[in-house]
Amino acid sequence: MKNIRNFCVIAHIDHGKSTLSDRLLEYTKTISARDMKEQTLDDMDLERERGITIKSHAIQMKYVHADGQVYTFNMIDTPGHVDFSYEVSRSIAACEGALLLVDASQGIQAQTISNLYLAIEHDLEIIPIVNKIDMESAMVDEVSDQIIDLIGCKREEIILASGRTGKGVPDLLDAIVNRIPAPKGDPEAPLQALIFDSIFNSFRGVIASIRIMNGTLRQGDRVRFMNTGKEYSADEVGILQLSNVPKTELLTGDVGYVITGIKISKEIKVGDTITKVENPSPEAIKGFEDVKPMVFAGIFPLDNDDFEDLRDSLEKLQLNDASLVFEPESSAALGFGFRCGFLGMLHLEIVQERLAREFNQDVITTIPNVSYIAYTKRGEQLTVRNPADLPDPTVLDYVEEPYIQAQVITKPEYIGSIMTLCMEKRGLLAKQHYLTENRVELLFEIPLAEIVFDFYDRLKSISRGYASFDYSPIGYRQSELVRLDIKLNAENVDALSALVHRDKAEPFGRKICKKLKDLLPRQQFVIAIQAAIGAKIIARETISAMRKDVTAKCYGGDISRKRKLLEKQKEGKKRMRQFGKIEVPQKAFLDVLKLD
Amino acid sequence: MPGIYLHIPFCKQACHYCNFHFSTSLKQKDALLEAMLRELEWRREELKGEEVQTIYLGGGTPSLLDESELRRLFDTIYKWYPVAPDAEVTLEANPDDLTAAKLQVLRHTPVNRLSIGVQSFAEADLRLMNRAHNAVEARTCIEQALAAGFSNLTVDLIYGSPTTSDAQWETNVRTLTELGIPHLSCYCLTVEPKTALDFFVQKGKTPPVDEEQASRQFEMLMDIMEAEGYEHYEISNFARPGFYSRHNASYWQGVTYLGIGPSAHSFDGRQRKWNVANNAKYIKSLLSIAPPTEISILEGDLFEKETLTAAQRYNEYVMISLRTSWGCRLDVIRALGPRFEQLFLKGIRDFILQDAVQQEGEVFRLTRPGKLIADRIAMELFEV
Ligand SMILES: Nc1nc2c(ncn2[C@@H]2O[C@H](COP(=O)(O)OP(=O)(O)OP(=O)(O)O)[C@@H](O)[C@H]2O)c(=O)[nH]1
Ligand code: SF4
Ligand SMILES: [Mg+2]
Repeated sequence: MKNIRNFCVIAHIDHGKSTLSDRLLEYTKTISARDMKEQTLDDMDLERERGITIKSHAIQMKYVHADGQVYTFNMIDTPGHVDFSYEVSRSIAACEGALLLVDASQGIQAQTISNLYLAIEHDLEIIPIVNKIDMESAMVDEVSDQIIDLIGCKREEIILASGRTGKGVPDLLDAIVNRIPAPKGDPEAPLQALIFDSIFNSFRGVIASIRIMNGTLRQGDRVRFMNTGKEYSADEVGILQLSNVPKTELLTGDVGYVITGIKISKEIKVGDTITKVENPSPEAIKGFEDVKPMVFAGIFPLDNDDFEDLRDSLEKLQLNDASLVFEPESSAALGFGFRCGFLGMLHLEIVQERLAREFNQDVITTIPNVSYIAYTKRGEQLTVRNPADLPDPTVLDYVEEPYIQAQVITKPEYIGSIMTLCMEKRGLLAKQHYLTENRVELLFEIPLAEIVFDFYDRLKSISRGYASFDYSPIGYRQSELVRLDIKLNAENVDALSALVHRDKAEPFGRKICKKLKDLLPRQQFVIAIQAAIGAKIIARETISAMRKDVTAKCYGGDISRKRKLLEKQKEGKKRMRQFGKIEVPQKAFLDVLKLD
Repeated sequence: MPGIYLHIPFCKQACHYCNFHFSTSLKQKDALLEAMLRELEWRREELKGEEVQTIYLGGGTPSLLDESELRRLFDTIYKWYPVAPDAEVTLEANPDDLTAAKLQVLRHTPVNRLSIGVQSFAEADLRLMNRAHNAVEARTCIEQALAAGFSNLTVDLIYGSPTTSDAQWETNVRTLTELGIPHLSCYCLTVEPKTALDFFVQKGKTPPVDEEQASRQFEMLMDIMEAEGYEHYEISNFARPGFYSRHNASYWQGVTYLGIGPSAHSFDGRQRKWNVANNAKYIKSLLSIAPPTEISILEGDLFEKETLTAAQRYNEYVMISLRTSWGCRLDVIRALGPRFEQLFLKGIRDFILQDAVQQEGEVFRLTRPGKLIADRIAMELFEV
């Protein structure tokens, strides 16, 4: 046990965690040069395409230290995007140390701070690293100063590294051995293994990533999941390498996996403790707080018959993504589907894409909203996660909406435009505070609903990338909320309804109508698009009837070109939902919110 | 009864709406012609010795070819292929090329039909389209062609341009009927992606095509042509009796044709092949091999091919046949497979009810309202 080092790699988004992880894998010869690619651990298609990490990834390495001893490193690369901080907090629970990376050209950013605090909360040993020092714009001294200010370390404790060139990696390996404590725990005690992650494999069922806190787990042991109370046999245990490597046992302090044949999402809970049926541990390890979804949206199958398949797919996806929550709902326009909770808009987008890619599920997503509390005149209190659930104005007393504290770190020259943005988003400046001469921290109180949509992108663009952002909930406040309905030829399409602040309803309605005008294909009749609050129409657009196709020429080469074009159109038509006589393409639901 | 299509990929200047394959640099003209002659020789087996019924020189601008180039081209065709004595031999020509001298040259080639790219008789239209000719040339070239003895003429017109008033459109059409032109091809101005016109429309420099105007002008066209005794035998084509384009009709009737030259398409009933749409690559790959090498080794470089599935053949048949006055025949569909018959009958019902399609026994034809939405009807009937 004294030669084990368990650590995670944490940082703000894009500060180079996955790239530096590559270098560690390379130096320790965990991955051959042949199997090496950029950000090797980002193995999901989506991660590779978007160049970001979505899921934490654990991997074991063997390192021969200068002292001649062999050390076992269990490293967990984590995502940096604010939506996925839950992944970080779970990874931290399996570790004794954390590599905190700061991009030398960017300096400390919002998630540097929030992830650092998560690590400190769990008493992890922090190894601060100034990364990407190969860059021309690297500000090694300035960023080192920032780190010293932030965590109170000594300058010599900061490792200067580059994930691109590999510079600093030997120092880092040394520091991991010398500074991160070996895991503690009692090998003789009853088994306590923390489940910190799980993935689903269609052949093997659930593969749970675990950290053995106390005791030993052998292949074939009868085990109990303390939270669910269910018992299984540990069919396979092993360590996590690029692929899983089975072992006969996992010892105290080890990080590895266990397969028990679970195929149902309800039976596994990330944060649960595994113990043995014989000689069980009297208590479970403190698990994780339940993830709190921030954004809710309805997900409906494109074809009503696929409802059960969709349920099945969501359940499987949940095994890979414990932060996804869902419950059945029904919509007048779309039939049966699920109201799903997401950590943010990126998470929503990713769930949607994973459903399509991994489960072949084409879905329609309704306009997302946050969770509100409605108070009726009779004093009832209702949670509203769906525009349809907002009580009628005749019985509604008032509504409260969730607020967050937003922390923005930026350069002084952008303060003005960021304040303007926050005001437009109904935010209030709570505090302004200079971290260094040219880094300022702004704290806003702002409705959550205002930041989940286009806030992040706008912040990035007005600050040319020099603003980072983090947030935490600060409770509910009373608000003037209305339901904006969208009608197509006077028929309500509840899937397009949205809850919005009264002051924003009109511009929002106008934008949606306009956007729909672009997104809906013309049909043989006129389509009226209207936005309404109750009976009052606040915006409208018309799509004129289609009188004529472009019946372009059709000779030799045109024939297959035209056939392919029409085949594609027909393919697209399969992805339409019919509302009355009006056909709405699936894409319209996705794109309607891309308002700018 | 196969046909041969030859693509001459050069133009004097680029028309703003055009997305055909052509180059405005004539530097490679010699090498290209050489390559085409080779391709003709190389691929002669593909027509299996059958007598060629139609030859079509399209482009690009085939009227840019000079006397000796035309002679070499025809000599090669007649050397390697049996050509029917009464074959239809069409040459696409632009008005600015059709001088009296050029017409005399053409009279001494096998060309017996001219397809003239007039597009409009109005200067404003021609400027918007960036045509190389002017309004005067548009008219005189036709008169000269007639005078030179070319009676089998077809003229291309474009409607729907923001510069084309209804009155001008009527003038354009009537000018041709009055000149006694036996065949007209009329196209709606289409803003194809990545063309100059597309760019100007995006920039707001040119207004987009107004659909109302386009459909109105299409209807005007149908009115005039009907009154003048032309048959609307394909969506974009009108002919006096006996003057159908035999070559184009063979495209619509699934006849075998051989496409020679860059970007040209070939079809043998089941398989479609198309050459690279790049002059340099075309030349290079054809000059890179020598007999007895099989041309098939150039697949991927010179050409690509695709064998149609039953569904694709059904889709193509429905799409093309509905556009013609011969209509779409149920027995043909049935022969492709029973499931297509079901699919077709199920889909066509709506359009019959909407009076867009008319049924006569086993034959289905577009009605006049149907002709405005031919693409949509085909798309709805497709199997994908
Ligand atoms: N110049 C330079 N670029 C680097 C270095 N490390 C990473 N990058 C680049 O920075 C970008 C982000 O790198 P990643 O390793 O994916 O960053 P990450 O922290 O894992 O990102 P997330 O997981 O999405 O938070 C990529 O384009 C890398 O090529 C470095 O040391 N030097
Ligand atoms: S002459 Fe014909 S091929 Fe050449 S650019 Fe004009 S339209 Fe296109
Ligand atoms: Mg990463």
